[in-house]
Amino acid sequence: MENLTVKVNGVEVSVPAGSTVLEAAHIAGVEIPTLCYMKEINEIGACRICITEVNEGRGFRLVAACVYPCSNNMEILTSSPKVIESRKRTLELILSTHDRKCLSCVRSGNCELQKLCKDYGIEDASVYDGATNKYEIDDSAAHMYRDNNKCILCRRCVAVCSKTQGIGVIGANERGFKTFIGSAFDMGLGETSCVSCGQCIAVCPVGAISEKDYTKDVLAAIADPAKTVLVQTAPAVRAGLGECFGLPIGTNVEGKMAAALRRLGFDKVFDTDFGADLTIMEEANEFIERVKNGGVLPMITSCSPGWVKFCEHYFPDMTENLSSCKSPQQMFGATAKTYYAEKMGIDPKDIVMVSIMPCTAKKFEIGRDDQSAAGVPDVDYALTTRELGRMIERAGINFNALPDEKFDDPLGISTGAGVIFGATGGVMEAALRTAIHTLTGETVTDLPEVRGTAGIKEACYKVGDMDVKVAVVSGLANAREVLEKVQKGEADYHFIEIMACPGGCVNGGGQPQQPASVRNFVDIRAERAKVLYDLDKSMPLRQSHENPAIKAVYEEFFGEPGSHKAHEVLHTTYVKRSVN
Amino acid sequence: MNSAKSTVPFKGTPEQEAKLIAVIEEKKGDKGALMPILQKAQEIYGYLPIEVQTIISDKTGIPLEKIYGVVTFYAQFSLYPKGEYTISVCLGTACYVKGSGDIYNKLQEKLGIAGGECTADGKFSLDACRCIGACGLAPVLTVNEDVYGRLTVDDVDKILAKYA
Repeated sequence: MENLTVKVNGVEVSVPAGSTVLEAAHIAGVEIPTLCYMKEINEIGACRICITEVNEGRGFRLVAACVYPCSNNMEILTSSPKVIESRKRTLELILSTHDRKCLSCVRSGNCELQKLCKDYGIEDASVYDGATNKYEIDDSAAHMYRDNNKCILCRRCVAVCSKTQGIGVIGANERGFKTFIGSAFDMGLGETSCVSCGQCIAVCPVGAISEKDYTKDVLAAIADPAKTVLVQTAPAVRAGLGECFGLPIGTNVEGKMAAALRRLGFDKVFDTDFGADLTIMEEANEFIERVKNGGVLPMITSCSPGWVKFCEHYFPDMTENLSSCKSPQQMFGATAKTYYAEKMGIDPKDIVMVSIMPCTAKKFEIGRDDQSAAGVPDVDYALTTRELGRMIERAGINFNALPDEKFDDPLGISTGAGVIFGATGGVMEAALRTAIHTLTGETVTDLPEVRGTAGIKEACYKVGDMDVKVAVVSGLANAREVLEKVQKGEADYHFIEIMACPGGCVNGGGQPQQPASVRNFVDIRAERAKVLYDLDKSMPLRQSHENPAIKAVYEEFFGEPGSHKAHEVLHTTYVKRSVN
Repeated sequence: MNSAKSTVPFKGTPEQEAKLIAVIEEKKGDKGALMPILQKAQEIYGYLPIEVQTIISDKTGIPLEKIYGVVTFYAQFSLYPKGEYTISVCLGTACYVKGSGDIYNKLQEKLGIAGGECTADGKFSLDACRCIGACGLAPVLTVNEDVYGRLTVDDVDKILAKYA
């Protein structure tokens, strides 16, 4: 590609043609702050915090670095007095209507606005104080709060909801000073067709949107001697939790996480990976049955509760295509409260099942109908990775100094197939490993065609004498595109994996927030996914059907995949919902 | 949360709906079709309640929130119908300095609605307007075609009673 020469603060650098001023500065080793801008998500140049001086031969002037393209021989000044003055003014104006409750704010310490105010030495936050708007907190959704008193109107949440996810249940209402982010006719988010994916929370620069926090309830359960409190951790959590403690993105903290959970007082520390292996047994079996018996195809995975809710709202005619399998979280909870409770002689009513998830839609999922195999909810509390991070911090546990510990038996035993569930393509790969083995006896452990962060991947595998056409999709706008093709008869897949969040669970709405300064230049999806694929590679067992704990649970309890008992405990039903 | 759904029952007719759908079908493919569709819809119904916006959303595939965002952005669109009696209070300079702001506030309080809205029984709607050229009578308000001038806040009850 053609290169341009630009001068950043007097230093000459060569940058690819088409680079923005922001990107050129990054190449020169200088970071320009952004609040509204987040690469590939929101590129509207509206907030003016990235204001930078450039000279294209007609003297210096202020431009928005995030969207302004470089020209050859451009001179760029990233922190001249004029630039600093402009950015300070912008911050002071934002603060004039911002609810400055930093002391108790959930984002204190990793708030992008707070960091900038510190960096730019905003000493008097009240300099432009005047009229303010007061907003009620919206707590109508199962998974999150919106506190518009802290909103800075950057519109990242609006962009990720409408563009990345193709949903658009939030947007800017009214105009000028009265502008606020909300839903149509000021409905609470819980009344809309929001799918609970939480991508809005993941991109919010401040504390205006956050998950509903259940850490107090979990600590109360742990303190109750009458309760047996079990915890399960989703695959992607081990690839993200370290970021809460300053570790580099893409650090595997599986062992420290198990150690921390034990120190928090959970009675047993189990692994959702076991639930993932169980899901594969049921799902691979369901797929083979559908193919053999002329069932509804393509079969679509049902692990991602955000995707399932999306399907129910936006493609209600395709709920038959969804696998009837519960998600790994729910299969795990159901198995813990039936098989494990029976084995240990515990009344399922006395078990409190806590899950740690990279996901906010899991909070919605635990309250769904037909998710109570033992007559009590399969899972009682679904916490996000961030909530676990806060619990560990509050307990004063020095996370980085913890030893690596193992999960407890038997529901902590898993295979490499289970751990890759956390990345887009992982469920497909795991299911194919077992389906291929079941049908042909062959052992296949690497299917690179379905890996990687691309939003839509296609592949065709020869399984026995059948060509199995598969698609792997992440991000709901991509899902819409693929499903519309299927509906029009333009695609003839047999099996589709869909994850609501771009890149899969590693980039879930419950994962630690990374600021735009990181996300603009690092693909957090790829970095975190690498942890899971490395783990898979390092494991002695990489196919779900080889898991000894899985073999035992079928021998002792379920019989075989797809049995009557398995259906009662591990499968579920869906509903048709409307669009609001 | 305070819902901005109009409390006046929706009285759209099948004829109005057919007209609206014809407009949508005609403009749907155009770039920037939403604004002209909304303008026509307001012409047909007089206002843009949730029922009308939902028809537009269903037929165009544009999310309801996006439509609502546009409707609340532009002053030309109304979420509320006009009442049997439309009260307009002049907030032009002469009337304003003579205290029409207080009269406007009193009407909002008495009717239990904000400016731009309509009472639940469909009887009164309230708007602020700019100079109506009767500055000699300031402060002035109109109820449909009737003009009331040289008002004080205490006159509000008497005027409303006339139309009750």
